[in-house]
Amino acid sequence: MSGAIGLATVGMTKIFGEFTALEDVSIDVRAGDFHALLGENGAGKSTLVKCMMGFQPPTRGQVLLDGKPAAIADPRAARDLGIGMVYQHFTLVPSFTAAENLVAARGHVPAVVDWAKERRALDKFLETTPFRVPLDRPVRELAAGEKQKLEILKLLYLDQRFLILDEPTSVLTPGEADEILGLLRGMTDAGLVSVLMITHKFREVNAFARNLSVLRRGRLVGAGAVGAVSTVEMTQMMVGDAVPRPRAARVSKAPAVEAKRALEVIALYASDDAGTPRVRELDLHVAPGEILGIAGVSGNGQSEFIEALTGQRPIDDGRVFVAGQPFSPTRADFARFKVFGLPEEPLRNAAVPRMSVAENMALRSFDRAPIAGAFGWLRPATMRARARDLVARYRVKTTSVDAAIETLSGGNVQRAILARELSEAVDLLIVVNPCFGLDFSSAAEIRNQILEARNRGTAVLLVSEDLDEILELADRVAVMSQGHIALTAPIGETDRNAIGRAMAGH
Amino acid sequence: MSDIATLATVLFAMIGGAIRVSTPFLFVSLGECVTEKAGRINLGLEGTLVLGAMAAYMVAYETGDPWLGVLAAGCAGLILGVMHATLCSLPRVNDVAIGIALMSFGTGLAFFFGKPYIQPQAPRLPSVELGGWIGNAQLAEALTINPLFFIGVALAFFLRWAFDNTRYGLLLRMAGDSVAASRAMGVSVDGVRLAATAAGGFLSGIGGAFLSLYYPGSWNEALSSGQGLMAVALVIFARWDPQRCFYAAMLFGAAGALGPALQSVGIVKGYYFFNAAPYILTLLIMIGAGRDGKAARAMPSELGVQR
Repeated sequence: MSGAIGLATVGMTKIFGEFTALEDVSIDVRAGDFHALLGENGAGKSTLVKCMMGFQPPTRGQVLLDGKPAAIADPRAARDLGIGMVYQHFTLVPSFTAAENLVAARGHVPAVVDWAKERRALDKFLETTPFRVPLDRPVRELAAGEKQKLEILKLLYLDQRFLILDEPTSVLTPGEADEILGLLRGMTDAGLVSVLMITHKFREVNAFARNLSVLRRGRLVGAGAVGAVSTVEMTQMMVGDAVPRPRAARVSKAPAVEAKRALEVIALYASDDAGTPRVRELDLHVAPGEILGIAGVSGNGQSEFIEALTGQRPIDDGRVFVAGQPFSPTRADFARFKVFGLPEEPLRNAAVPRMSVAENMALRSFDRAPIAGAFGWLRPATMRARARDLVARYRVKTTSVDAAIETLSGGNVQRAILARELSEAVDLLIVVNPCFGLDFSSAAEIRNQILEARNRGTAVLLVSEDLDEILELADRVAVMSQGHIALTAPIGETDRNAIGRAMAGH
Repeated sequence: MSDIATLATVLFAMIGGAIRVSTPFLFVSLGECVTEKAGRINLGLEGTLVLGAMAAYMVAYETGDPWLGVLAAGCAGLILGVMHATLCSLPRVNDVAIGIALMSFGTGLAFFFGKPYIQPQAPRLPSVELGGWIGNAQLAEALTINPLFFIGVALAFFLRWAFDNTRYGLLLRMAGDSVAASRAMGVSVDGVRLAATAAGGFLSGIGGAFLSLYYPGSWNEALSSGQGLMAVALVIFARWDPQRCFYAAMLFGAAGALGPALQSVGIVKGYYFFNAAPYILTLLIMIGAGRDGKAARAMPSELGVQR
């Protein structure tokens, strides 16, 4: 096994037309460093690593490998030089076993594979790394943590000694994340690899990285050793002068309200498309004026639960009560019980992409007065006027209310849908990953809207893969693991560790 | 005739029929299996089958060598496969639509060039007599087996092995399961799919050669009657496993042999109903395969109508 390599960029600049994505960025990742690259969405982190990996040529600037200029024309050249990348999404072949994935990744697979020989070689290789994965099961059956380990193993197997990790822990439990980052840190300490990790989790930066660089709007705005830069300073570097709106004040609940139940779910069962049970005997309840946060690693039945609750998926068994009465997910019941929601991927789950912003904003109300007139005729002028009002109030950035909603950016689709869902009186609000993929200020704004709804007395069911978001917003947390609620606790009576253990199913 | 003898007659006829009738199913389903494993659906194999049958018959008649006919059928299928793959590699081209277009194209071409060959008799493929030593005429008849059947069975087991144990098998499955992973390795996904679709077309063409050169053993326009389409259903039933394709083809073959077998012992009531057995089986299998989640899980991830 060869040693770690160091990589530095000098004056890296990338210009797309009139837009400067990256301007004069010089970072230095020395051999054996564990370097964190921080920045908001659109800050230029991806552009920088794409230039390093040869996915796109920089407009200006150079990459130095161990101090010497290197020409990286394409990803293959990067691979040959020992630079490897773990992407946000898995690049493993789902039907392949781990062993098949590793052998296939090598590029030059023999015409007939001698599996006995390959297995001996693989076992020997695995002994040189701290990572352990089952080799003989199809990858689709592995847990996210095991898949992520396999992604890293793949790079090590190809003898890549400079690893770029793009938000490697976004789909992992805190326990899995700590294990993997800890092992990687150990390998950097031993001088076996260098790591450049794109992340936005300060906790992981502080716990595992050695140095950090911060990008904002394509420029390098800060760098230093971990420990020398405080978390507050990091946030300021990332967000810059943009001032998020002040956090909505939390109104404490009246005791009488607390006893009531806006939503009660009893022993709910639901299955995925292939018929595998995903939600098993799930019980929970939410009071008016309360945010119940459902934490959990994605794929533990959260999607199926919410889909069953909102009518996108049949309920196999169990009961749902809203305001004490039996609830079935029909349009009539949504209107009667004032149930609204912001599902994940709203463009796909809560909007018709090619319909206009105004039409999408009227999806809840187009069949009622004032938008619906006599004999079911629509009043487009009224519909547009209402949409214009919502667009202004919720600061949706769109060229006009007649633009197709798919032309809006992710954050603005989210705002438009939330505007629609909060435009009437809401008794129960169901939100899933409301800030996924949004930048700091958009996320803060959406969180404020949710908190304001809660303060008005709305019961909120918040499903989020972002534990920080739940710790920030929720009054009570429920941890979902393998289809049922593994832990429920008021937010003041639990901590990150207990939640993490419950997420991992311990 | 006693009941047992009748039953034996029906059974032997069904075994023989299953082997006979299953051969084109087997070749087309193996062809479709290879194509779909690479992530592309070729619905045009019905047209490939018919064109293969015509090409085989024409070449066998003109040259007098049925094996040259088989080769010609394979090449005709190969050309249609290459056409399908080339058209589908263009941006935003839907493989299902192209498949249906090529199905019409293949049958149309076969009818156009095949007109003069409806009457003359081409040399047939030889058969292998396995049951001569038994002394039971019916069983001997059932065990008179065409050589293409053996090739098909060997191919099914070979493909099953090759998918797991050879470079091309791994590349094929990777193209069908993760385009991103293939690209990351610098493998041309379109190239793999071109090879797979071409190979699939070659195999389907040979299935056609069996129809015109062995059973029924003549060329006419109603030769295939949808077997190429049923083979697509069969691949789903076989969960994209060549070995299971073989078992499924035998099942379809036995169903197809049911009507003639019953007729041979004098049961003519419901003859058309029993002849429809393979089609009814297709419907039932499609419903059953849809209910069972296993097929959905075994499906190559990149296989889809939406692109």
